[in-house]
Amino acid sequence: MTSAVSFQSVSRLFGPVRAVDNVSLEIATGEFFAMLGPSGSGKTTCLRLIAGFEQPSSGSISIFGEATQGLPPYRRNVNTVFQDYALFPHMTVGENVAYGLMIKGMARADREAKAAGALEMVKLTNYGDRRPSQLSGGQRQRVALARALVNEPKVLLLDEPLGALDLKLREQMQEELKHLQKQLGITFVFVTHDQGEALSMADRVAIFNEGKIVQAGSPTEIYEHPRTRFTADFVGSSNVLSPEFSSRHGGPSRWCSLRPEKIRVLQEGVMAGVDEAHATGPIASVNYQGAVTRIAVTCDGIRLVTAAPATQRTFVEGEMVNLAWSRASLAVMEND
Amino acid sequence: MQANQDGLLTRASDVFFKRPGLLTVLLLLPPIVWIIVVYIGSLFALLLQSFYALDDFSGLIIREFTLVTYGHLLDVANREIIIRTVIMASAVTLACAVIAFPIAYYAARYAQGTIKALFYLAVMMPLWSSYLVKVYAWKLILAREGILSWVAAKLGLTWIIDALLSLPSIGGPSLSISYIGTFLVFVYIWLPYMILPVQAALERVPKNLIEASADLGANPGQSFRTVIFPLALPGVIAGSIFTFSLTLGDYIVPQIVGNSRLMIGQAVYTLQGTAGDIPLAAAFSVVPMIIMGIYLAIAKRMGAFDAL
Repeated sequence: MTSAVSFQSVSRLFGPVRAVDNVSLEIATGEFFAMLGPSGSGKTTCLRLIAGFEQPSSGSISIFGEATQGLPPYRRNVNTVFQDYALFPHMTVGENVAYGLMIKGMARADREAKAAGALEMVKLTNYGDRRPSQLSGGQRQRVALARALVNEPKVLLLDEPLGALDLKLREQMQEELKHLQKQLGITFVFVTHDQGEALSMADRVAIFNEGKIVQAGSPTEIYEHPRTRFTADFVGSSNVLSPEFSSRHGGPSRWCSLRPEKIRVLQEGVMAGVDEAHATGPIASVNYQGAVTRIAVTCDGIRLVTAAPATQRTFVEGEMVNLAWSRASLAVMEND
Repeated sequence: MQANQDGLLTRASDVFFKRPGLLTVLLLLPPIVWIIVVYIGSLFALLLQSFYALDDFSGLIIREFTLVTYGHLLDVANREIIIRTVIMASAVTLACAVIAFPIAYYAARYAQGTIKALFYLAVMMPLWSSYLVKVYAWKLILAREGILSWVAAKLGLTWIIDALLSLPSIGGPSLSISYIGTFLVFVYIWLPYMILPVQAALERVPKNLIEASADLGANPGQSFRTVIFPLALPGVIAGSIFTFSLTLGDYIVPQIVGNSRLMIGQAVYTLQGTAGDIPLAAAFSVVPMIIMGIYLAIAKRMGAFDAL
């Protein structure tokens, strides 16, 4: 089966800056693919390369097996949901949604019916006659989505579409987007800098840093087995253990990542299980965060952060504690 | 207390801080007085004058409400003046829009840095020199023995000028004594007033809207028609308000470059001067206001301001 989108050694240079640096990538048909990275990591440029707003400096991109070399955006069967929605202010919501169909030359009655259907799909029935300026951020977001989906694209590109929404709305939209993607079976390529969003929505995540993909895999793979220190730090928070520390506490003599929630905090004197690694030290800080309490403990000169459900017994700063973790929860990293 | 040590300014600031409305009133009072008394007031006086009439025998103004003066506007000679001026203003506005749009488009979308600075300089510089000097310069350019004829003769293109001048009604003995000449000078003089608002409007069209239309399948021509032009239209309308109303009221250009047939501005000038018919002059000057009002109402109807 051909990939929906395929990058072969793609680079995009802006002057001396390698915004995208030799990226190769396969996005499978029907996949919800997230590009995750800090700002300036090249993820948005990759999206713009797929949309056709940018052309690669070298390498090639194909969409469903078709080479896109020199193909302008209006000849590509992909549609984009823009970060700030880019709704046409001089058209009604209905005209916005029907825009792509109008350009294709569909008759007015047909395209109005389809636009109404698309608006219904994003739960904005009867909003067709309004102006974009009369809508809230979340509603504009939905209009942008309907405007892209009504064209039945083979690939839907989403450029930080939820970035401007508040937390509640964002969580709601995440669910709806995921549901829509399942329902329509369209390949979604989703750019975000929010790791929670990427992990919760995507089938597969690519982590970008400095124009390169540092790791790609399922959310579980990325979270449980970060291959580099960058991934370990960027996706969730992580304790990075040096080879010396790791080997002294029963792990491999390699750089390892240890997630805070994998560490159990035990009162002094309570021993860890036989198959568990452990370390002892004083509590450096206790940080109550509602659902969890993050406790930082200084062990052998390094600071280990733990995350425990807040219902457990309260610890105080300076108290000596035992830390225990299963050896299996250590993720060995490639370098650093 | 430190209050007694504070200067006058600080104490004034304290008063304004406590009563912010006072500062607004003080700041707005002079311009409001100016607008109401001087501007609207004189406009009202003008309007009032137009409802008076001139006594044909004594040549005195009869200060009684009457519509006789407006009736005179419909006399054949006066009606022709109005029609002539409106046609000229429309032609000038259309030409300015057609010429200005590509220039403004280039400046807004492509020019950067030095090129952009040069663009502003090129557009603004003609505005720095005297309007009269420019009009007289054009008279020299367009005159029978002027630069244009000379260049045309050297290039063997005199026949083009002759053909233009032999056109009925818009032609004439020379370019400087024809409607073509008047038109050319008007277009030259008012062009910056069209370029600048159009350019400003085009600059405000977000780049991502153009990307969005391309993304939705529109080729550059379709993007232009459906997104860029509608969004720039308020700028074109703003520019056309300038070019249209400035042409409607101008009395110098047609006097220096053009034939002896009057435009509205000239009619007003003559009527309030030598003829001493202030009421008819006032009625004439109300005409451009009414025409502009109708024009803006039509523009609004057609959705020209929807993007604002």
